[in-house]
Amino acid sequence: MNATLRHVRYVATENPVTLGAFLLFSFFVLLALLGPWIAPYDALASNTEAALKPPSAAHWFGTDSLGRDILSRIVVAARLDFGIAVSAVAASFAIGSALGALAGFFGGWADRIIGRVADTIMAFPLFVLAMGIVAALGNTVANIVLATAIINLPFYIRVARAEVNVRRNAGYVEAARLAGNSDLRVLALHVFPNVLPPMMVQISLNMGWAILNAAGLSFIGLGVRPPQAEWGIMVAEGATYIISGEWWVALFPGAVLMLAVFTFNLLGDGLRDIMDPRMRT
Amino acid sequence: MVLKRLLGAIPNVIGVVIVTFLLTRALPGDPAAYFAGPAATKEAIEQVRATLGLDKSVPQQFVLYLKDLARGNLGNSLSTGQPVLTEIRQRLPASLELTLCGLVLAMVIAIPLGVLAATRPGSWVDHLCRMLATAGVSLPTFFTGLLLAYVFYFLLGVAPSPLGRVDVTFSAPPTVTGLYLVDSLLARDGELFRAAAAQIVLPAVTLGLFVMAPLMRMTRASMLGVLSSEFIRTARASGLSPGKVLYGYAFRNAMLPIVTTLGMVFSFLLGSNVLVEKVFAWPGIGSYVIEALVSSDYAPVQGFVLTMALVYVALNLAIDVLYVLIDPRVSVDG
Repeated sequence: MNATLRHVRYVATENPVTLGAFLLFSFFVLLALLGPWIAPYDALASNTEAALKPPSAAHWFGTDSLGRDILSRIVVAARLDFGIAVSAVAASFAIGSALGALAGFFGGWADRIIGRVADTIMAFPLFVLAMGIVAALGNTVANIVLATAIINLPFYIRVARAEVNVRRNAGYVEAARLAGNSDLRVLALHVFPNVLPPMMVQISLNMGWAILNAAGLSFIGLGVRPPQAEWGIMVAEGATYIISGEWWVALFPGAVLMLAVFTFNLLGDGLRDIMDPRMRT
Repeated sequence: MVLKRLLGAIPNVIGVVIVTFLLTRALPGDPAAYFAGPAATKEAIEQVRATLGLDKSVPQQFVLYLKDLARGNLGNSLSTGQPVLTEIRQRLPASLELTLCGLVLAMVIAIPLGVLAATRPGSWVDHLCRMLATAGVSLPTFFTGLLLAYVFYFLLGVAPSPLGRVDVTFSAPPTVTGLYLVDSLLARDGELFRAAAAQIVLPAVTLGLFVMAPLMRMTRASMLGVLSSEFIRTARASGLSPGKVLYGYAFRNAMLPIVTTLGMVFSFLLGSNVLVEKVFAWPGIGSYVIEALVSSDYAPVQGFVLTMALVYVALNLAIDVLYVLIDPRVSVDG
């Protein structure tokens, strides 16, 4: 426990940017957890009297075309956006790392089939594939999660495969085998835990991309449906007004979306620096 | 050598075709009802089922699908009644023009910045480039596009209205390549060229900003790797000028990983193209597919996914060939 704390302190003090990213990340997590309770207004309550009002003391981020408070909608949307990204990344991590680990450990036909699956997914421009999946399976949030999970899958498969492959014949693996552990047991309990650090970096980098992806899909009208609050859809709703000068409707949700993605990217970079200083680019 | 690369792309094409086929068959409920449209009667749905061969087994359906593809038949769009292939062919040049402009812009900015950062690692230039790159890749393209349109069209009034490829007062140049910038030059119409260029700047910048980051980072990393190698030390020790060492020796050797990143960059570009086209009402295949999505018109969506995937496979192939041209060593171990 003490060692963990010391490590966290090391991570935080090593690079102030990473510390900042971590604080921002905590802020977003709190927003996602407490959103509905801390939002000043009801995110869905429309009020045509106060439609398209610029930012003011009562409505910090202004109101949209239906008079809904934009700040409240942004706050409430955090849970949905994070929920989509977290569940998609969790799913692709679980499936991708398992498949990649099997491919890297056993090689042979398992490796060939799994590699082919990853290559086929990567043969598509990934956002386009996600569009196709959501369009085919139906316009729901669950399908956005599924599509995002599928397009992230190859990255986890590749990282897990490469990392397991180099450790396949390491000394401690041989030792575990000689001690009578089965192949699967060696893979799951001896090799896999050592592969987790590089996977964590991948997760952090992917989270930002997953949020962007989900927001992009709802921006073009896939997945999340109005009147539900979601950052991408709020930008889409504001798009019609920005040309006529009502900038706040699209600006604030877009800026928050950007900040969230930026946070994850910085966090991922920071983690990568700490894991492997040579990889710093 | 090139032939071997071509053969290597075949499994990818097969995979793409299978996936697009499966995507149609995975439609929720009844695909026939989907293709027949929301207002179709029961008889019409049955008829569509028979014409699409949906009453047959899945392998038989796949064979039918392949036959249609071989004849270039991607089905008809419900809302326009036009064959999907015709519409995609008409709109593809607009998308390609935008994508290429975005790519060129990103390369022109990102590669010199990456080289600059690599020659001064750890300096403020390096850190600034790094922050800019991370910020760039965090930008939702649809949001950047809107922001640019707001600032340059609404506030400053320097950009034309973000609607389409040329202002309504102009008519399109005679079609040769389908790229307005090229066609207007071929037609020796300077004014039209300027109008088309003014229109494409904002969407191209939006796309370019997004893909700058991976290019810049890879340039920096690759240059750093090369600059610390022994032949550079030798070149420096032999008294060659810094410029000659940097561009004549280091950059040429650093190009290979940069070209590799282009594959990923294209994936980003083609995907965000759809979003940017929506923001700027750009009449490419991206806005075509969004219109189709809104009206649950599935044939164009399927055709679009297939086209994009094939374009992407072709681009990756081109990158592979480029490899061999840049670095003869590749063909030895490849």
